[in-house]
Amino acid sequence: MSQNNPIPGTYFMDGPAATKGYPLNKMCYSFNNAEARAEFLRDEEAYFDKFKLSEEQKEAVRKRDVIALLEAGGSIYYLAKFAGIFGLNVQDVGGLQTGMTTEEFKAFLVQQGELVHG
Amino acid sequence: MAKLLGGIGSSHIPAIGVAMDKGLEQEPYWKSFFEAYPPVREWLYKQEPDIAVIFYNDHGLEFFHDRKPTFAIGAAEQYENADEGWGIAEIPPVTGETELSWHIVNHLVENDFDITICQEMKVDHGLTVPLTLMWPGHKYGHIKVIPVAINCERHPMPKPSRSFAFGKAIGDAIRSFAGDQKVVVFGTGGLSHQLDGQRAGFINKPFDLWCMEKMVDEPEAMTGFSNYELVEKAGAQGVELNMWLAMRGALEGEGKLQELHRSYHLPISNTGAGLQLLATAHAK
Repeated sequence: MSQNNPIPGTYFMDGPAATKGYPLNKMCYSFNNAEARAEFLRDEEAYFDKFKLSEEQKEAVRKRDVIALLEAGGSIYYLAKFAGIFGLNVQDVGGLQTGMTTEEFKAFLVQQGELVHG
Repeated sequence: MAKLLGGIGSSHIPAIGVAMDKGLEQEPYWKSFFEAYPPVREWLYKQEPDIAVIFYNDHGLEFFHDRKPTFAIGAAEQYENADEGWGIAEIPPVTGETELSWHIVNHLVENDFDITICQEMKVDHGLTVPLTLMWPGHKYGHIKVIPVAINCERHPMPKPSRSFAFGKAIGDAIRSFAGDQKVVVFGTGGLSHQLDGQRAGFINKPFDLWCMEKMVDEPEAMTGFSNYELVEKAGAQGVELNMWLAMRGALEGEGKLQELHRSYHLPISNTGAGLQLLATAHAK
């Protein structure tokens, strides 16, 4: 379904995406644990290898590139745990994905109340 | 027989829990959101329910992709909350219940819902935020909670029609339970929102308001949607409408419902936040 009719700007976390993203999501799932977060911050590269991230996933993490993380199969629920390490909330992440500052993104959210979608 | 008193649909946005931890309820951003809750709380306290069945989705606390159930139900004396990784404070354990849980489990399997049964499970903000909203100050220890998790995180997810039927089966199980317990059901999450992608920030207020209107007397208007259509209309995480549909499904068979509260506030975090209370004839 998701393959046939893509919705612009939307990444379906379906079977193929989940397969591709598994190492990345598993790494981010580990961030529920404070010790794991500290271990990641001590040596990011070693932490990647522990979870067998692909080169594409490593590069996306190094660049803190949210769209590239989604393209590499990242699930937003686990990426949120990654963003949390840096104190970023979902408005910050929304801004990063849409090319807005956090303040612009917040204003955009308020404007959503005025819109009528088809 | 156990009595179903009503259903409550509520947002479970983690930022709400953070705001309550920090005591920000009176801040301009939060004030009108929190002001919607006291009437629903008052109704709840007057009803003195014994058990709350809470439909929610786990966001990667208990269930990761390695083994993620489509439908899971708890049957435990207690449920723990834990660190979710991004800063919401942990809350004290939630009281569980096993007799009605097992009765529901048996009824579900007998009626072709082959759920995952959890005798131990951590519950995340999907369950704890609504609980904290209803009983602020962690005063929820007296209410016995039955957590029911629906996969809303990885496709394929249960279809809206299936979530509704699942809720209905749970409602039938409650109604056939040989006890005098008073039960309320919660559907948590939503309404429209999208966290990921260039489409992040998408909210569809007209659709949300339409859904809340249909929730009262015409839920079948929503059960025909596919999850793909929900993503289109309500954003990637708008599929959380499935929890509201399960809650509403549980109230099928209760006859005419009385809508005692409906409110909608936008935006809270990245989301259109709805609150709705539907009472059955068993309510005081």
